[in-house]
Amino acid sequence: MTTLQTSAPAQAPAAYTPPLWARLQANRNWIALWFMLPAAAFLILFLAYPLGLGVWMSFTDERIGRSGIFIGLENYQWLWDDSIFWLSVFNTLLYTIIASAIKFAVGLYLALLLNRHMPFKAIIRAIVLIPFIVPTVLSAIAFWWIYDAQFSIISWSLIRLGLIDHNINFLGDSNWARASVIFANIWRGVPFVAITLLAGLQTVSPSLYEAATLDGATNWQRFRFITYPLLTPIIAVVMTFSVLFTFTDFQLVWALTRGGPVNATHLMATLSYQRGIISGRLGEGAAIATAMIPFLLAAIAISWFGMQRRKWQQGSNND
Amino acid sequence: MSILTPDRRSLLKGGATMLAAAATMSSEQLLGYAKAWAQTAQWKPEAGAKINLLRWKRFVEAEDVAFMKIVDAFQKATNVTINVSNESYDDIQPKASVAANTGQGLDMVWGLYSLPFLFPNKCTDMTDVADYLGKKCGGWSASGEAYGKLDGKWIGVPVAATGALVNYRVAAAEKAGHKEFPKDLAGFADLIKGLKKNNTPAGMALGHASGDANTWLYWALWAHGGNLIDKDNKVIINSPETAKALEYVKGLYDDFIPGTASWNDSSNNKAFLADQLFLTVNGISIYVTAKKENPQIAADMNHAHLPAGVDGKTRELHLGFPILVYNFTKYPQACKAFTAFMMEPAQFDPWVEAAQGYLSPFLLGYKANPIWTADPKNTPYRDVAETAQTPAGTGKMGEDAASSIADFVVVDMFANYCTGREDVKTAMATAERSAKRIFR
Repeated sequence: MTTLQTSAPAQAPAAYTPPLWARLQANRNWIALWFMLPAAAFLILFLAYPLGLGVWMSFTDERIGRSGIFIGLENYQWLWDDSIFWLSVFNTLLYTIIASAIKFAVGLYLALLLNRHMPFKAIIRAIVLIPFIVPTVLSAIAFWWIYDAQFSIISWSLIRLGLIDHNINFLGDSNWARASVIFANIWRGVPFVAITLLAGLQTVSPSLYEAATLDGATNWQRFRFITYPLLTPIIAVVMTFSVLFTFTDFQLVWALTRGGPVNATHLMATLSYQRGIISGRLGEGAAIATAMIPFLLAAIAISWFGMQRRKWQQGSNND
Repeated sequence: MSILTPDRRSLLKGGATMLAAAATMSSEQLLGYAKAWAQTAQWKPEAGAKINLLRWKRFVEAEDVAFMKIVDAFQKATNVTINVSNESYDDIQPKASVAANTGQGLDMVWGLYSLPFLFPNKCTDMTDVADYLGKKCGGWSASGEAYGKLDGKWIGVPVAATGALVNYRVAAAEKAGHKEFPKDLAGFADLIKGLKKNNTPAGMALGHASGDANTWLYWALWAHGGNLIDKDNKVIINSPETAKALEYVKGLYDDFIPGTASWNDSSNNKAFLADQLFLTVNGISIYVTAKKENPQIAADMNHAHLPAGVDGKTRELHLGFPILVYNFTKYPQACKAFTAFMMEPAQFDPWVEAAQGYLSPFLLGYKANPIWTADPKNTPYRDVAETAQTPAGTGKMGEDAASSIADFVVVDMFANYCTGREDVKTAMATAERSAKRIFR
């Protein structure tokens, strides 16, 4: 959005100055401005405006059906000593860190496996994508049955096998519930990581591996010194997305637990929805949503500055 | 209260028999009646009116069929087009709220609980309709007025409620030593203990279930003299009475089937119909489904009101179904006419019959409908309006009480203590703080 201001031409006046209109016609920056305008309008209308409105709303006491008045930081003050809010922050961080880490590990492993030559390669790769293709709500409902307190297939099987003697309280116990939603999120998110990393792997030139093999490099060394460094930029991108998706996850948790039991799985996104839409306090819901922004910025900053800005990408050593 | 999706065949079969039973008028008769009604009605629909109506998705198939018949007759008689869309319990409120906020999309909503109180200044004044119906149909019950009126003005018309009453298996209760359903708190706790001992456990939702969790937990709170707010809407949840209610519910919870903290609105229906659950609090939908799909369960089950509180009075929270008309609709007269039309005896009686007990009336005249006495197992649901309180309890119903029920303040307090996450004091303090945040 800043392009609007910066694209104004700044040229030193020459001895002869043609009329303004003629100069503008010949000015590439001026034309560029017009070409950028549709995109800028789109971004402002659908991204900047709603974001700004949300932030503004968080400083008001707006409710559904009634516009609010400015109340400064009051919403944030209430949130500051609201134990449910802090619980949701903790849950969100726990959820994001564990799920993203496991998604990365499993995704990378899967990508390395899929990168090998094997029969039915294309079909297997397509199958791996299935969890990602299924609409979130559908998979959430499937998981809801799998985790059901009375009818869980897992509990049923384990009881039949004689391993346990009563149903596992998957969604009724705080820790089980957290583990269950994290597992469901991982199941859903792994294909995205795996397929994107696979695309990255295929750009690595085989000649590098050949050279390394001739030098007597082990499997691990080839991964550590060829695959991993060349894959870093794509890892940065895919993990940024993965972290963002996980951090802002809503559907899965909402469909599985509604934030229960006793708010043990409430994420910031679900709490924001519950307070903002369900119970009608738009201002407070907006404050919770706005509180997510610093975390998201931090996540982006870490992956971009930590992983992408490496000097070796320009051909020199790391600092 | 669950999402019952019967397969097509049973739906057709069930629907057909119900319809035959319900239809006291053929469609031509109904149309003729509707035309005559439209001639004399005090509300004249605007020419070319098109109404978008959102309602909760039916739990009893035949109820929906009967409702659409009413819609159809009204459309033909008045040339008003009514678009009916259905949403599940959980989705209806967000949609209605968005419409209220943006001022478009919908003209009227038939929703849950205290929906009109979430945005009272977006609701058309329905006082004329409510007065008309009250005069014609035996007057409004006190709970009906509490559910419809804000500051002397009707902001919605409480069409009906579905009672949140005890559903229990008779044989299991007898085996647990209760031939007659207990009338007091101690007897009720004893029954649940006995059921657990016989391995025929009871269970009520403690999860974020808008219907099943709120209803019985508000009852437990009120039964012990606890209240969220006093009559001046001051938060008084942190009290010795609340502590007693917490202890009582914790006692029940320990004898429940495991997993109730994760239950949503459909969990108890599923477990009851699968012979795993022998007592719960629910609408009549379990019984309706059992009659069709599981006759031996239907034969062995019965319904009862929750036991009286420590002061001997029964106060229950039921799931009210208010209908509201937005004040930004272009066709207020058409909306009012439809509301009045559907609640006329000629429509309402067969509709309630088709619902088989799922719709309990707030208009006292409708208690005479034979559906309530034809099957004695339906009878407890007839008197739902008498025991019903609004979510505000002793306080004044308004936006804040509506918000606190939507935000599960009371449910979370009980669940926090029952699952051992917090002790009594902390659970009450947390709820007090959440409530104060809302009632500020």
